[in-house]
Amino acid sequence: MNHKIYIQDVTLRDGMHAIRHQYSKEQIQSIALALDKAKVDAIEISHGDGLAGGSFNYGFGAHTDWEWLEGMKDQLQHAKLTTLVLPGIATIHDLKKARDLGVESVRIATHCTEADIAPQHIEAAKKLGMDVGGFLMMSHMNKPVKLAQQAKIMEDAGADCIYVTDSAGALLMDGVADRIKAFKDILKPETEIGIHCHHNLSLGVANTIVAMQHGANRLDASLAGMGAGAGNAPLEVLVAVLNKMHISHNSDVYQLMDAADDLIRPLQLRPVRVDRETLSLGYAGVYSSFLLHSERAAQKYGLDTREILEELGKRNMVGGQEDMIVDVALDMLRSKNEA
Amino acid sequence: MSKTKCAIIGSGNIGTDLMIKIIRLSETLEVAVLVGIDPESDGLARARRMEIDTCHTGVDGLIKMPEWKEIKIIFDATSARAHQYNWDKIQAFPDKKMIDLTPAAIGPYLVPTVNLNEHLDVSNLNMVTCGGQATIPIVAAVNQVTKVHYGEIVASIASKSAGPGTRANIDEFTETTSKAIEDVGGATRGKAIIVLNPAEPPLVMRDTVFTLSESADQEAIRESIHKMVEDVKAYVPGYELHQEVQFEEIPESNPVFIEGLGHCHGLKTTVLLKVEGAGHYLPAYAGNLDIMTSAARATAEQVIAQQSV
Repeated sequence: MNHKIYIQDVTLRDGMHAIRHQYSKEQIQSIALALDKAKVDAIEISHGDGLAGGSFNYGFGAHTDWEWLEGMKDQLQHAKLTTLVLPGIATIHDLKKARDLGVESVRIATHCTEADIAPQHIEAAKKLGMDVGGFLMMSHMNKPVKLAQQAKIMEDAGADCIYVTDSAGALLMDGVADRIKAFKDILKPETEIGIHCHHNLSLGVANTIVAMQHGANRLDASLAGMGAGAGNAPLEVLVAVLNKMHISHNSDVYQLMDAADDLIRPLQLRPVRVDRETLSLGYAGVYSSFLLHSERAAQKYGLDTREILEELGKRNMVGGQEDMIVDVALDMLRSKNEA
Repeated sequence: MSKTKCAIIGSGNIGTDLMIKIIRLSETLEVAVLVGIDPESDGLARARRMEIDTCHTGVDGLIKMPEWKEIKIIFDATSARAHQYNWDKIQAFPDKKMIDLTPAAIGPYLVPTVNLNEHLDVSNLNMVTCGGQATIPIVAAVNQVTKVHYGEIVASIASKSAGPGTRANIDEFTETTSKAIEDVGGATRGKAIIVLNPAEPPLVMRDTVFTLSESADQEAIRESIHKMVEDVKAYVPGYELHQEVQFEEIPESNPVFIEGLGHCHGLKTTVLLKVEGAGHYLPAYAGNLDIMTSAARATAEQVIAQQSV
């Protein structure tokens, strides 16, 4: 079954990480409207760690999710309003609140081996009449066939689409292809397959294209790559490549280029790019959202960001364990002082 | 003195660990029956090997057993939904006390180091959650020194130590823990986060507590936390402060925006804990089992101690 290409923008969700969840309501509005005008298919809005992510652990937002979402539905002409839920952080209660604010589609995200904490939320979202994606984070940490078995758990619970989510930007092109192929082998033909990349090894667009060539049709991207670590697949670049490949989709490349440069780049607190620190994320296979937290810990305790990131990788920390960054930093400080 | 007889409903990780703890450690409690619903379960097999009576027909089977009359304390280690059913059956027996290890929270929350003596006369006591037992004492320790406006906890547990009940009801963990951070910990607003980590070998349970409180003497807060850690250690030997308490002043000029509270400033306190299990049923990484079962055992023993006075 051939599914239509569906481009989901994550500038206003994953992009939150890049500005410590500090978008103003006005910024959210102007960016969402520009995306809608350029005809992306879906726009995800929430704290970077999903609904209810605002916390000491992940950083408090400038607003609540509800303030960011309120009124957005009525302003969108083309794009679906979507959001993100991480079981363990947000609850079904939060999901219902988002639904009441007009959110039509949601992704339920778990670590790539823990899909069985998601069925409760997937079923609840289906009952609310929502389109549901299952989002298997840190996909590089699970082998293709095993990852596909996790995808199956989400499909069985009712998810319409399952994503290979390369949260650490650590997958190479073969790794993406193998995972999508494994999904194809085991999932029903009507289930859509999605890809969410990070650009830490500069493969954001390439990996997205490889995934598409193997059967993924829901493609995640963000304006100017605005996202955790070195960012996501840059949306305007992805769309330009799709045009050159003569792949049919709805989005307007020039409007996206303008939005990327005029609206997004001026907002970046720290340039979202491949550099020593963000490359280290992809190289060590570390959750991209750890970047700014690790930079802050490095500064506070007089340590090297790259060394903190590498140690987090060695300890097999997964998404959500931001509290362990300070723990690692204090351990490193102690061994440095003892040396 | 003869020991008080108890039954444990639920033969999963928590029920089985609790059974082993009582058999090995308790001077006042005796496990009369381990109750399950699957005769083939590992927990019931373990009980039979330890020469403990078993029942595989749930609470309905239990109340028909000859031992039932003598049982005074029932631990429920099933799930929130099953607890509702079990409690409906058991509350008809006023001589029995229920200690609920599910997140059902029909009865008041009980955290032994904080409010052990407050609810001992109540017939159904709730043990919150593993993450709650590990962290609420710390929130309370800060609140004993200065008003806690906001308490947030992050519990990281090894995937292998999270059974199917926990996995199917993860919202109950976050909701019950958040509420108990407020009700027992004393925070105006509570928030709980749980993360499962599948690393091999499995990682020992970690819990982190963040509080935002009125600014106060940091040394007094530090002392209160250290004392509380010692109190918890008395019944969970593997409970420890993994790092020294961290403080950060959040100035009024650069506040944090907390849902439900608005812009807040004051003192941020960060406490990084590690909870190593005693390795009774699951290996030492499963501190989440130990803290829950040890708290339930401590509570039951206190109930007995009080009744015998």
